[in-house]
Amino acid sequence: MFRYLVRRLLWAVLLFIVVTFVTFVIFFMAPVAPERLVCGGDQAKPQCMRAAIKRLGLNHPVYYQYGLFLKRLVLERSLGHSFTTRQDVNHIVGQAAPVTASLVLGGAILWLGIGLLVGIFSALRPRSLLDRAGMVFVLIGVSAHPVWIGLIFSYFFGYKLRNFPIHTPIAGYAHIFNAPPGQPGGVAQWAYHLILPWCTFAILFAALYARMIRANVMETMNEDFVRTARAKGAPEGRVLRSHVLRNALLPVVTMLGMDIGLALGGAIFTETVYNLPGLGNTAILAVSNYDLAVVQGVVIFATLSIIVFNLLVDVLYAWVDPRIRLT
Amino acid sequence: MSLLEVKDLHTSFRTDDGIVRAVEGVSFEVEKGQTLGIVGESGSGKSVTCLTIMGLNPSRNTISTGEALWKGKNLLTAKPRELREIRGSEISMIFQDPMTSLNPVHTIGRQLIEAIQLHRDLTKRAAHARARELLKAVGIPKADARMDDYPHQFSGGMRQRVMIAMALINDPDLLIADEPTTALDVTTQAQILTLMKRLQEEFGSAVLIITHDLGVVAETADDVLVMYAANVVEQASVDDLFNRPQHPYTWGLMGSLPRLEADLERLTQIPGQPPSLLRPPAGCRFHPRCPHVMEVCKTTVPPLAPSERDPAHLQACHLDQETKDREAAKLLEITMAGAG
Repeated sequence: MFRYLVRRLLWAVLLFIVVTFVTFVIFFMAPVAPERLVCGGDQAKPQCMRAAIKRLGLNHPVYYQYGLFLKRLVLERSLGHSFTTRQDVNHIVGQAAPVTASLVLGGAILWLGIGLLVGIFSALRPRSLLDRAGMVFVLIGVSAHPVWIGLIFSYFFGYKLRNFPIHTPIAGYAHIFNAPPGQPGGVAQWAYHLILPWCTFAILFAALYARMIRANVMETMNEDFVRTARAKGAPEGRVLRSHVLRNALLPVVTMLGMDIGLALGGAIFTETVYNLPGLGNTAILAVSNYDLAVVQGVVIFATLSIIVFNLLVDVLYAWVDPRIRLT
Repeated sequence: MSLLEVKDLHTSFRTDDGIVRAVEGVSFEVEKGQTLGIVGESGSGKSVTCLTIMGLNPSRNTISTGEALWKGKNLLTAKPRELREIRGSEISMIFQDPMTSLNPVHTIGRQLIEAIQLHRDLTKRAAHARARELLKAVGIPKADARMDDYPHQFSGGMRQRVMIAMALINDPDLLIADEPTTALDVTTQAQILTLMKRLQEEFGSAVLIITHDLGVVAETADDVLVMYAANVVEQASVDDLFNRPQHPYTWGLMGSLPRLEADLERLTQIPGQPPSLLRPPAGCRFHPRCPHVMEVCKTTVPPLAPSERDPAHLQACHLDQETKDREAAKLLEITMAGAG
């Protein structure tokens, strides 16, 4: 177990270096001069651009700049400063990460709940009306684009139903702690602002999970050990809980960990359509400004979350499935 | 009164292609402490017969008629709750594939204890002790330590022993064994059969053993039912069946047993394939593959009737008694020659 963790950690370091280096290389391959954008685009003044090149270290070769970036990261634990706003990138990512985390974790609870409910009940009564309705939901869920869903939700809940109590905010984010003065804050406002984003974000995953869980449960119901449990005289409820679901839901652990890890890097569509200041929005803004430091900051956060969640999944899986041993 | 009395059992499945009649008119009795063997090819309806008795067929798309009287109570019409109380305590079952018949995520101790606690009000500790006792009885070495192991830590033979322990844990009156040795290698097969015989004497259970292996039947059963394409074609005591087989299908089964001694180029086989149960052949279902086929076989179903020589020996064949005697004698001669 210890050796396993050490090996995984070494792999994570290697992966981290590869991902950040590739980000660097791609950035410098784009035919754009970052210093020009920093100084206001077409009207950029030469002395401003010269100063920017010096400040950002753009006169050095790529590998040297990458070395500097690594050195700063390791020694000062700093992601550097934004090319355009000169803000500390640690601070920018630190501001955006809780927004994305709120969206993703709340969304995950929602999609898992819906996926389990629809998946299990559809599997128990295949071809029934409930099953058909569930599968229609799945088809819509996997087909509808989050931006479209977001716009439709905004139109109905934010505009058409604005005189009803179910009217919900359609943009912005409310902090739980330390809300800026003059803005709504606290848990209630936080959840209230996230209702529509959660639903929008969860629909696709809920559909995918419902379909997978339905298939897994139906397959497990035909397993020999389920027949053994019935032959022992176990009541249906117990057969379902202790024998069917316990096995059918094993792959869900893997999927959930990987999906959450991936989504924590930024739920771009949902964040954009509801104007949430999360990592996805931050990344889009940074890319269009050629702000390497901020892009790199988001990439690092996303990479770390994927690495951490994958590790978590592996350890958790070894715990729930006795056939797996970490070596 | 017999322990189990099955009368005119029919089971069919609704499928997309039509109705499959998997069992048609099977009747038999199992007495206390006795062993009944059901023999037949794959798809002849032997497993479905047992699953129907246990009420383990998927309830949707399955139609069962007839009677399966367990101590006088019809299992086919029993409420799910009553059936559940009988399953695992009075009637228990061992399945074909021990590799997949145990839940991979629970320890075998937990699975054994579950079997006890579903039917008996025992403390965890007493149930644990009982489970250990059974593991020892089925010959699992270091039974105490192995209670906490998972199924994947056992070999196939050991897993089948665990299944047997689980089946016997509540002292059942009837043990249904559905091809218990098919998935095991030959040396393990012999061990498992010996074990089952010993435990049957110890526990006094009646056994219903399903197999396609005549050798298994010869070794374990008191009476035998031969099934072909959803029908019973012959029914007799094991001695009668092996000494005076009355049905061409039984002859085929016996003839196709591999013999080490006989100096044959190839194994004898029954030509053709088992018929589709969606559209079974008219008349005797065996007639397309029967070497003795007559005109009457193609149109008239032979009834399962007592043979002329022995009223306890039931057979369903149109052939005259002389031909049957001659064929049986020929077969016996070959067998004897092989053995000698």
